[in-house]
Amino acid sequence: MTEEQSASKKSAVIRVKTEWCKGCEICVAFCPKDVLEMEGGKVKVARPDDCIKCMLCELRCPDFAITVE
Amino acid sequence: MFNYLEYVREENFPHIWCSGCGDGIVLKALIRAMEATGMSRDEAVMVSGIGCSSRTPGYVDINTLHTTHGRAIPFATGVKHANPGLKVIVVTGDGDATAIGGNHFIHAARRNIDLTVLLYNNYIYGMTGGQCSPTTPIGYKASTAQFGNIEPTFNISGLAIAAGASFVARADVYNAKQCEKMIGLALEKKGFSLVEILTPCPTAFGRRNKMASPVKLMEWLRDHVVSGAKWEKLSEEDREGKIRSGILIDVDKPEYTEEYKKLTEKLRAV
Repeated sequence: MTEEQSASKKSAVIRVKTEWCKGCEICVAFCPKDVLEMEGGKVKVARPDDCIKCMLCELRCPDFAITVE
Repeated sequence: MFNYLEYVREENFPHIWCSGCGDGIVLKALIRAMEATGMSRDEAVMVSGIGCSSRTPGYVDINTLHTTHGRAIPFATGVKHANPGLKVIVVTGDGDATAIGGNHFIHAARRNIDLTVLLYNNYIYGMTGGQCSPTTPIGYKASTAQFGNIEPTFNISGLAIAAGASFVARADVYNAKQCEKMIGLALEKKGFSLVEILTPCPTAFGRRNKMASPVKLMEWLRDHVVSGAKWEKLSEEDREGKIRSGILIDVDKPEYTEEYKKLTEKLRAV
């Protein structure tokens, strides 16, 4: 396995800036792997290991509140 | 991860837009497009009028101008005229650009002045209380159409094409990547370019139309917007009720400030 491949297999780091999140649930609804959940009106990263880094949550978050690395 | 924070005025965040408003998604697409086109931020000017979309300049770390209702295009025309080297971006909405500022919009397109207009179409006057806009679809409710709107709508992109714009594209925030691409193409085009961006308003539009949840409005976009390539394959029947996205026109024609410069040079030589 090349270094690049092993790097791509590393699990994603998903960060949520809860003070900017307004709880619209767009990221939760359209995550293809059901990684995110709502908790107390804000998004919570429930299953980070399932993330495939498709970046859709980051692309569609209107509040600049979620990033994927 | 894209570092948006480099392009924004972080001290103004969280922004004022409602939960689930698509305006933030457009702003992010614009920032990515600015980075992709490599445009100089010192030479970029963003001009807006009044409305939810018109709050955008407050969040972007470039030269910005927040003006009066419907008059973003006249102010932008002045900026471009004074210094044609600047990249002038107008951020406006369906009410601001096609009702209050409707005349300015069509005449700037006719003149083909080099402006990039990003028109956020959310089908409603959001900020002022959910009144019917020129794009509220027939049958949909607004605070001024409580039993459903009976007025036919403007086809904004069609209006710009008919008026003479050199680049017109339509995009939506569900397809955020395509939105970024269309904005990028518009930024690079010389002449009047418009991107009509369909974006949800859960508070003023969705709430009155059984789509109060932002997710429902995003699903509406997913189910109704069809990209150009797919559109070509659809039959007339299947196109019914659907909205075509992608590039709608892309032509080269004389640009206003260049023509003006040529004229002044000619007259000075006399």
